[in-house]
Amino acid sequence: MGRYLLQRLVTLIAILFVVSIGSFYLIHLLPGDPAFLILGFNYNPVTKAVLDAQLGLNQPIYLQYFTWINHVFHGNLGTSFISHQPVLQTILRAIPIDLEMIVISQIIAFGAAIPLAMRSARRPDSTLDRLLSAGSFILLSVPGFIVIVLLVLIVSVKLGVPNTGPSTYVPFMENPFQNLSSLLLPSITLAVGSFVLYFRVLRSDLTGVLQEEFITMARSKGISQRRIMWRHAFRPASVSLLGSAGVNIGGLLASGFIVEFLLAIPGIGFILVGAINTSDYLLVQGVVLFVSGSVVLINFLFDFIIFFVDPRISRD
Amino acid sequence: MKPEKKKPLGILFWVCVGWIILNVLLAVFASFLPLIDPLYQNYNAVNSGPSLHHLLGTDDLGRDILSRIIFGSRVSIFVSFGAMAIAFLVGVPTSMLASLRRGRFDKILTTVMYSFLAFPAIIATISVLSFWEPRSLSKVTIIVGIFSIPLVYRVIRTASLAVAGREYVTAAKVQGATDRRILIREILPNITPILVSFLLIGIAAVVALEGALAFLGLSINPPTPSWGNMINEARTVLDVNPWLVIFPSIALVLFILSLNFIGDRLRNHFDVAEVKI
Repeated sequence: MGRYLLQRLVTLIAILFVVSIGSFYLIHLLPGDPAFLILGFNYNPVTKAVLDAQLGLNQPIYLQYFTWINHVFHGNLGTSFISHQPVLQTILRAIPIDLEMIVISQIIAFGAAIPLAMRSARRPDSTLDRLLSAGSFILLSVPGFIVIVLLVLIVSVKLGVPNTGPSTYVPFMENPFQNLSSLLLPSITLAVGSFVLYFRVLRSDLTGVLQEEFITMARSKGISQRRIMWRHAFRPASVSLLGSAGVNIGGLLASGFIVEFLLAIPGIGFILVGAINTSDYLLVQGVVLFVSGSVVLINFLFDFIIFFVDPRISRD
Repeated sequence: MKPEKKKPLGILFWVCVGWIILNVLLAVFASFLPLIDPLYQNYNAVNSGPSLHHLLGTDDLGRDILSRIIFGSRVSIFVSFGAMAIAFLVGVPTSMLASLRRGRFDKILTTVMYSFLAFPAIIATISVLSFWEPRSLSKVTIIVGIFSIPLVYRVIRTASLAVAGREYVTAAKVQGATDRRILIREILPNITPILVSFLLIGIAAVVALEGALAFLGLSINPPTPSWGNMINEARTVLDVNPWLVIFPSIALVLFILSLNFIGDRLRNHFDVAEVKI
């Protein structure tokens, strides 16, 4: 067990290393003097000197990396030359909004997927199962940006539900109710994609598990359907669900960009698109590092959870 | 285990195949079709709904939506086919070789590929595209292609690992066949079903990704139409002309749905369990 976790930890560090190099190297993909591109209109000898000192741009590239990663470990992602704000602070201000959306969307997705998958798996090929399978297959082919546009079209434009359209975001502390309603459509959008994935994975695993002999055994002992489902079948069937949830939740940070962009919700995606449009390269770099790092950590966290649900994993 | 009868492909499968072929043909021959110029702005018919003259209506600048959808499909098809061609040309040979050779070569390559898998595709493409100006269609294609390599690598490696352990591969090795011959004559034919169905699903995924990039304004620049940027432009006039969002969305979803369906059916037909969407 310890060996397995240690092995995972080593892989984690290796991947984080690659991710950091990738994020670092982004700025050097640009032709020409990075200082000029980072500073943009603020380029003058004084700001260039400040930037050179901050990023160590006079040094060879591998030393620049060490300077940069050292700053990163001290929580310093640089200070934007466009907005004159520390990059980390900008990111930390945006991230709670994303977390709120993700949490709401996951409550909806799991809340719908688990009971429906159980009903579907209990009677495979029943009308309900066929409908749900076909429906989820179609939804699988609808990209998030279409879901959100159609939701806005139906809910806020046609039905006229207040506080759901673009630019209606208010912070939670200001007005919790309005905050929730402004995040409703984006959360549903994220929930749709997650639901489809969770439903399909759990349904197929549950169907398999329910044919196992220990389920027949439990049935013959007279244990109730409900108890069999939750106590006997759900746990072995939930391993790949957790696996896909880990990958999916990481991906939600990224796919949240689109809904934030459309509805002007000041989350991390909105900031990234804004940073791209204003050529705020340090902020882009910071967001890329932060998001990919988080994705890796979330995946690792789920590996860890799976290990406790199914300790046999470590024997492979 | 007794050999089971193969599941029939069904009529819906052929409908989907037909739809994809139709889309590709329309995209290729768009310039020769009697279509209204997708950039022509008819100010006498702004935001008009579907009519005989404009079958799917016009947009806020009086441009014909049907024509824009057909010309817009070129972008999606070019990017998705091109990106998958890059990803498969690099990913397939390397993953097959890794699964055959194993050892250190496989270990290092696999670790590197899995590390790149940690970057969410959309973030990777967005960030590289934002740094690599000016944007163009071929750049989008190349970047999406490169970032799809690890995914192709993982799927194909898993599939060909299962084949590489079979007796007939060992037999070929014992007979002194070269790696090249084993890869082409023994392994490739046996992973072809997975290859094809994953290729289709991959194309579908790239169509969705390009749509999202165009939606964020990071793919091809207007006024050249693409499904994604049509939906993006339409969102400002949602209340006036909902058709503008609905038609390109339908085109995009039907295209992706058909590809996914064909891929899924092929997989069931050949009873391949290794790949999951």
